[in-house]
Amino acid sequence: MAQTLEIIQKQKDSEQWDEPYLVNMGPQHPATHGVLRLFLELDGETIVRCDPRIGYLHRGVEKLSEHRTYSQAMVLTDRLDYIASAANNVGYCLAVEKLMGLEVPRRAQIIRVIVCEMARIASHLLWLATHALDIGAMTVFLYCFRDREWLLDIFEEICGARLTVSYPRIGGVRLDFNQKIIDELYRFTEEFPHRIPEYETLIDVNRIWLKRTKGVGVISGEEAVNLGLTGPSLRGSGVRYDLRRARPYLIYDELDFEVAVEFEGDVYSRYRVRMKEMREANKIIRQCLDKLAECEGEPVIAEDAPDLVIPYGKIKRPEPALHPKRGYLVKGVEVPIVPEGEVYFAIEAPKGELGYYIVSDGTGHPWRVRIRAPSFVHISALPALSEGQMVADIIAVIGSVDIVLGECDR
Amino acid sequence: MDAVERLQEKFASEIVSVGESAGQTYIIVKREKIFNILKFLHDSGELLFDHLADLTAVDWYQKKTPRFEVVYNLYSIRYKQFLRIKAQVPEEDPRITSVSSIWKVANWFEREVYDMFGIVFEGHPDLRRLLMPEDWEGFPLRKDYPLFLEPEKEWSGFKELKEKARRLAPYDWYQRVPGEPLPGQVKEEVSQEGEGHGTNA
Repeated sequence: MAQTLEIIQKQKDSEQWDEPYLVNMGPQHPATHGVLRLFLELDGETIVRCDPRIGYLHRGVEKLSEHRTYSQAMVLTDRLDYIASAANNVGYCLAVEKLMGLEVPRRAQIIRVIVCEMARIASHLLWLATHALDIGAMTVFLYCFRDREWLLDIFEEICGARLTVSYPRIGGVRLDFNQKIIDELYRFTEEFPHRIPEYETLIDVNRIWLKRTKGVGVISGEEAVNLGLTGPSLRGSGVRYDLRRARPYLIYDELDFEVAVEFEGDVYSRYRVRMKEMREANKIIRQCLDKLAECEGEPVIAEDAPDLVIPYGKIKRPEPALHPKRGYLVKGVEVPIVPEGEVYFAIEAPKGELGYYIVSDGTGHPWRVRIRAPSFVHISALPALSEGQMVADIIAVIGSVDIVLGECDR
Repeated sequence: MDAVERLQEKFASEIVSVGESAGQTYIIVKREKIFNILKFLHDSGELLFDHLADLTAVDWYQKKTPRFEVVYNLYSIRYKQFLRIKAQVPEEDPRITSVSSIWKVANWFEREVYDMFGIVFEGHPDLRRLLMPEDWEGFPLRKDYPLFLEPEKEWSGFKELKEKARRLAPYDWYQRVPGEPLPGQVKEEVSQEGEGHGTNA
């Protein structure tokens, strides 16, 4: 990569240098996964400079959250990474709960893990489908959507929505699982491991697939950390950084799963990581279902969870009671529901580290909500991944870092 | 906490206060030597904060002075340590040194903070607006920026777009008034009488 750029620099210095060729890729290009515009400067077919332009989907989620109560702002997080909205909700709820010092019932925690891992499989399936379609493998697309559809149907059974689920609540989840969902999930976890080889046989030994992915968009582990890559994109470069293990949340520390790591750092190894992760996610769901049976009939939402519509300001506790966290008697005094303070809480979303930085000033709505979106960081890393490569390879590179523009622009 | 002690040794005059919130330690520092502090945290072999998890700003409009805080959430992948550094930036002179030479990821984070809060990062290689259009006025995430803009303060680009839409409205096929000719067409060609005769016959 560096060598190619050197040669181009030499040509630039020589007299026969022509003007660079400028190409505007997007914002309406099917392979940019949304409304991403890439401003490419080409020399022949080699990319000399890549300048991503974003903001076409900017809705001001952070500004809007400041004008809503904590519970109302959760609905906005659905619209970030709309492919795996359940994971966004869980991340937001966990951040607010940490700020409030709220303990979530065990059953709700297990359900949240299940929902998160379902979102991970759904997201990775969609990623594989579109990534393969971009590179030219059409059949995988249809196979992946068959299974993603199954997951979305389960989501519909759980909460009534398929895409923007809004299922978790601050303090727990909205509804308990019924027996039908559990049976369906058992059936899914039985069947899904046999489905993954179906995709792999389609592309894993495919010469075109290997030529398009191996040795393309290579990045070393050290540089990937410096560029801020997280999630499968980072683990494809050999860095074993998974928030489920590094800073365990929910019940991940009780579960038995492997962190998928590959060492080549190219598009192919990022693909391998995601395939492994789907298998691990399936394993996690299976373990959680067994754990769910142990705590049958327990509550799924904490007793002192805030009402769906928190009054703007402070609430009055009418009866003398021990404050759940701080331990003093509150008798008809006004207590802020969310105490003053700030928290940065990150979860391992399907795309990478999804962090919420929430600052509270003690009133009913957040003073500042900052969303650290993995896609935003991954798009900022595109120039480093693609400069010096062929223009056709940028499609593979964009696909391999797995971006969603709703999350990037917020 | 190890990192806090090391910082207190080395940059004692720079630290304003150390605190804890929701189990996470934060250090409020002055902005002048923020580059040296972060460079030290990144390079020092015992701390090795190699992952800049997040960089953002908070606007404490009419709540605190100085008004802005630039927040760095750092994480060390090897030592599994988390640390938050907050640098104070006054309203009159919203400037701070860029750290994009330490972490490349800071490049876009800083562009976003500039775009949303108007804090200028000195030494940044390419400080342009990122999410908003380049000719946008004002900084949206500041607290004194309204949620809804008044119509006369609308972005010029949006005004142009609406003007263009209004100009092109007659060409919309579904808004065509029967009997009226299409713009640019001779009246006889879309004569409604002709059609009328046809249906009658």
